[in-house]
Amino acid sequence: MSSSTRTLVSPAVLARPRGKAVYWTVFTGVVVLFALAFLFPVYWMVTGAMKSPDEVARTPPTLVPDNLSTAGYTDAWELMQLPAHLWNTVVQAAGAWAFQLVFCTAAAYALSRLRPAFGKLVLGGILATLMVPAQALVVPKYLTVADLGLLNDPLAIWLPAVANAFNLYLLKRFFDQLPRDVLEAAEIDGAGKLRTLWSIVLPMSRPVLGVVSIFALVAVWQDFLWPLMVFSDTDKQPIGVALVQLSQNVQLTVLIAAMVIASIPMVALFLVFQRHIIAGIGAGSTKG
Amino acid sequence: MTKTVERPPAVRVRPVKAPSPAGDRRRRRLTDHLRAYGFLLGGLICFALFSWYPAIRAVVIAFQKYTPGSDPEWVGTANFTRVWQDPEFADAWRNTLTFTLLALLIGFAIPFLLALVLNELRHAKAFFRVVVYLPVMIPPVVSALLWKWFYDPGAGLANEALRFLHLPTSNWSNGADTALVSLVIVATWANMGGTVLIYLAALQAVPGELYEAAELDGANLLQRIRHVTVPQTRFVILMLMLLQIIATMQVFTEPFVITGGGPENATVTVLYLIYKYAFLYNDFGGACALSVMLLALLGAFSAVYLRLTRSGEEAA
Repeated sequence: MSSSTRTLVSPAVLARPRGKAVYWTVFTGVVVLFALAFLFPVYWMVTGAMKSPDEVARTPPTLVPDNLSTAGYTDAWELMQLPAHLWNTVVQAAGAWAFQLVFCTAAAYALSRLRPAFGKLVLGGILATLMVPAQALVVPKYLTVADLGLLNDPLAIWLPAVANAFNLYLLKRFFDQLPRDVLEAAEIDGAGKLRTLWSIVLPMSRPVLGVVSIFALVAVWQDFLWPLMVFSDTDKQPIGVALVQLSQNVQLTVLIAAMVIASIPMVALFLVFQRHIIAGIGAGSTKG
Repeated sequence: MTKTVERPPAVRVRPVKAPSPAGDRRRRRLTDHLRAYGFLLGGLICFALFSWYPAIRAVVIAFQKYTPGSDPEWVGTANFTRVWQDPEFADAWRNTLTFTLLALLIGFAIPFLLALVLNELRHAKAFFRVVVYLPVMIPPVVSALLWKWFYDPGAGLANEALRFLHLPTSNWSNGADTALVSLVIVATWANMGGTVLIYLAALQAVPGELYEAAELDGANLLQRIRHVTVPQTRFVILMLMLLQIIATMQVFTEPFVITGGGPENATVTVLYLIYKYAFLYNDFGGACALSVMLLALLGAFSAVYLRLTRSGEEAA
């Protein structure tokens, strides 16, 4: 109980019997609402994949599957070639993450600490891209990637991922706030710029690197339109695109099982890092 | 005489370095700049190729007849007039704007109220935050396919729920007049977690004394919301609203996966139309003309957003 922070309703009102009754009614209502709205759909998906094709089409539907069968999951794993598509997604996301960490960090460090000529102009050009919503430029971006011969190549995901003004700016602002004397001390001790970045700046920047990493991974895993455009080759498609392409040709239970499998990696990542992710979203909004 | 002896020897041991000639200093600055650009290079190339060049190229191709593999031809404003005369053009803009408006009404009011209630609850705080954000972590394609199954006219959960409550069933995403609302519900379900968490953080920054003072002045619950909560969080509300407008104007996954733009073009959006021009009609000039229009509108919203966040930072 964090009674120290006063909110809309005063603690005195909540302490009264009537206040308590209202509080617990609202509390129960919200719990039921959350369970129905957010947890039940997930339950429905996980159990739907365990039903037989007949049972899943039955009306009224069964709340609990008659007999739990894992056939949906094993069929999805084999028939829809999920291991290959999952691997494609992992490769695309991991590469985008690595490229972003290396190039965005280096660029942000240069803009923050090395004062290059025309640095302000470059930063302005980068920040201006925040005004241009990414999706509105997919067609000319696609043509550029096609001209470079990168269609059906993971580089089509990795390289455009680096052009992420939001993450770059997040890093730059963090580097701006690092204590000046520590960096100067490193320089006096004879550390080069790269050495300073690697052994002083990066270890001090763990929180922001974590946030940028999560943003980078989630962005690739959740994107749909861009991979749909650049991966026409079925074997190269990430799991999201493959699901939509194959959804017409497989049994409903198999499709649902595949949907569950496609959701597991990001949901697991979220459950493991929930504290950081939730704190990061709240902090990011109030601190800009 | 004695004074010179007392001087610390260190000063004399290290001779004062003669000021380096201007040319030397300039060379030093030049290597500094070169080194800085070494760090910048990878990022700059990517921004140039995948952000700056495509933005210019969109405008150029909008005035060209462009087919990959053959030389582009200048066609003036022909792309714009052709796109303009396409009957789907008006549908796409009407649907996109309706979608954005409905998303503001449904998708903004619900997370706003939910955050207000959650901020009052003193138990299971972490549980609520995790559960409300769970759908955001489910891939959008999966959310779309999941709701497509819920909306299924046969064994779909949405109609089963209505039957259970003895309410008339609906066509949901399969009916021309309900399809757009159905998609807004999906988008709200999938994305509201972020809005709730950001708004919750803003609510926690409202000073408690203001509520106490308002209460002493005899303000009831609704008056406290209206005169304390809303003015105190006005900036975040406005920011979230603009962000949501920018995001929903670019909606693509839900109509593409759930309805395929139908029934009767009821859910064709601008971005969907751009996709169709490029990949179904192979008309990249038309696709870029549409992109430029969308860009101009969204760019205006983004400019307002950026200006607001910057002035907010200065005020903070």
